[in-house]
Amino acid sequence: MAENKKKTIRDVSPYKTPVKEQEPQIRARNFDEVILGYNIEEARLEGSRCLQCKRPLCATGCPVGINIPAFVREIVKGDFKQAYTIITEANLFPSICGRVCPQETQCEAGCVLNKNKYEAVGIGRLERFIGDLALKESWGEFSVSRPKDIKVAIIGSGPSGLACAADLSKAGCEVVIYEALHTVGGVLIYGIPEFRLPKRIVTSEVENLRKLGVKIELNRVIGKIFTIEQLLKEKGFNAAFIGTGAGYPSPLGIPGECLNGVMSANEFLTRVNLMQGYEFPLFDTPSGMGENVVVIGCGNTAMDAARVALRMNPEKVSIIYRRSELESPARREELYHAKEEGVEFNWLTEPVEILDDGNGWVKEIGCVKTRLSEPDESGRKRAVPIENSYFVIKADTVIYALGTEANPIIRKSTAGLRTDKQGYIEVDPNTHMTSIPGVFAGGDIASDIGRFTTVIHAMKAGRKAAKAILDFCR
Amino acid sequence: MDGTNYRILKKETYSPVTYMLEVEAPDVAKASMPGQFVMVRHNERGERIPLTIADYDREKGSVTIVIQAVGKTTKDMMLLNEGDYILDFIGPLGEASHVSNLGTVIFMGGGLGIAPIYPQLRAFKKAGNRTVSIVGFRNKELVFWEERLKEYSDELIITTNDGSYGEQGLVTDPLKRLLEERKIDLVVAIGPLIMMEACAEATRDFRVKTIVSLNPIMIDGIGMCGNCRVTIDGETKFACIDGPDFDGHIVDFGELRNRQKRFITEEKTAMEQMAV
Repeated sequence: MAENKKKTIRDVSPYKTPVKEQEPQIRARNFDEVILGYNIEEARLEGSRCLQCKRPLCATGCPVGINIPAFVREIVKGDFKQAYTIITEANLFPSICGRVCPQETQCEAGCVLNKNKYEAVGIGRLERFIGDLALKESWGEFSVSRPKDIKVAIIGSGPSGLACAADLSKAGCEVVIYEALHTVGGVLIYGIPEFRLPKRIVTSEVENLRKLGVKIELNRVIGKIFTIEQLLKEKGFNAAFIGTGAGYPSPLGIPGECLNGVMSANEFLTRVNLMQGYEFPLFDTPSGMGENVVVIGCGNTAMDAARVALRMNPEKVSIIYRRSELESPARREELYHAKEEGVEFNWLTEPVEILDDGNGWVKEIGCVKTRLSEPDESGRKRAVPIENSYFVIKADTVIYALGTEANPIIRKSTAGLRTDKQGYIEVDPNTHMTSIPGVFAGGDIASDIGRFTTVIHAMKAGRKAAKAILDFCR
Repeated sequence: MDGTNYRILKKETYSPVTYMLEVEAPDVAKASMPGQFVMVRHNERGERIPLTIADYDREKGSVTIVIQAVGKTTKDMMLLNEGDYILDFIGPLGEASHVSNLGTVIFMGGGLGIAPIYPQLRAFKKAGNRTVSIVGFRNKELVFWEERLKEYSDELIITTNDGSYGEQGLVTDPLKRLLEERKIDLVVAIGPLIMMEACAEATRDFRVKTIVSLNPIMIDGIGMCGNCRVTIDGETKFACIDGPDFDGHIVDFGELRNRQKRFITEEKTAMEQMAV
């Protein structure tokens, strides 16, 4: 390719290089990955669609600030290791983020091709390609600064904690991550299912952190086994970062919520993902689901729950949502995949009660139809129940995915830690420092973001906090 | 990995289905308070199950749990011996009991609840209360921890179903008698749901506050899944982070009994698999 001649939009295909996927009918019955990823030729072909803009809006759209044109250029050149080095200067977890980031609203939304009605460069797919290649080739030597006499405790090994730990250890700090569960990764493990993000990917990318010298202690519920005060005063930490996530499932709030067969998406996903309930009785934890599964809600967690349920071969999996498809907060790709695999959707339907089969189990869900109002002050259309529209939907399993709330363990055990009315930890938006000097917080538990955040935004918060922690400890 | 593999220091067997494990877990022991529990996952394929802490020794760095082998996991764990390891041992979890000097406190223990009353009994005794323990067994052979309970009980009443030891009858019989006879300031009941409910019913008319320790099915034990939700005075609470202690007079026991039946079929499958 002539390097010196500036490429223009007329030189490239309007379409992304297709990525291989498992066929819908097949993948709907297994837990293997849906998207199979690019090979070398496909990656270089897709990379060559990048116009190498002088002022790249893709990079400004990346929450963690990856130098996207630079790594794409290296892919085209064939220097994949250099591409990996460029990515990992900003983000140690390309295989994770390449899979779970909503690129369509971030980097790819800014792509100049996208602005010209072409499909954007498949940045997410390229990032994943590099990450996966690095894992396969066991790359993973990172430049680390001279050791500093700074010791930081990270509470929670989800995305914000991992990103914070990565930056701090690269800067030469001694870092210990305390994880409450028996596996590293937080929501990446208990929440996101195997077919979207295989556990081995999370484990391998986390392994890179350990190569950097980060110590990880499992089964430690901070606030219970040690308080934050103890970490700072007795255990010699100079600072602590709270990245515990929100985690506490929002209740359904209708009669029948405590019947058998009704569970939160958190419970269902934890049973299947973390505890490997899909392999019961080989693994001891049952999934808790039956033959006729109804998921209430239509966000990404609802999609995950529905698609996981589908893979356990029940008779039917459907979703109830009180608004219409247009208002669904789920990623378009997730909605599309769910439909393709056979999840049924009941739009404009609001559950009002769950009915008992006479033996303490779910039999039906009582629902009403809704219509959408004009947008309210928040800009969102409300779902208004239609009179006399009551009807029932049969179900033996009801999974509610209505978002999460702040987990209270840290708040209750930390005197002086200021939280907002909903229990989220208040932080300075620039430094992520809480009301306690030296204690920082980010991700879903911090009040600046609140609910419905993404993996990558949590990572951004972790990176910002890492920078502020270095300033604080200096 | 750090934070995993907890050595079993001591094992005692009290009956064909009841056994005690003293586990080396210095940090857990240091933080443990009466009324709290641990989550245990014994191996890579195991379930996470909640077990109320039956004792802790901060100097020795150990935590003691007493287990009834009623399901696959607890039967599996019964095969473990001194020197073996438990993979994951997480705690202390839940809120600690409120211990203060109230006057006369009765401790009711039945079945798997006999051991977990011990830390509360000790704490209430040390806080200056007059303590009465009432514990029930099926027969004399199954009696355990008599000496331990005696040490902190001003009175210890043992009941057996067949009358082979102590008083014949249920634990609620002496409880009712004591409620008639004297002023009781608090009752703490730990055991099977039916026993805790019976205790709460017995004390209701006497208006004696009765704390029960709820042990619903849990997965994480840290407020994430909601499996352990219980209705307390019409309000949903999570036993793992709001409890496990609750006021027995306002617990919806009927609902909880129903929820405990949720996995009967799966438990059967697991046991059949185990038998193969």
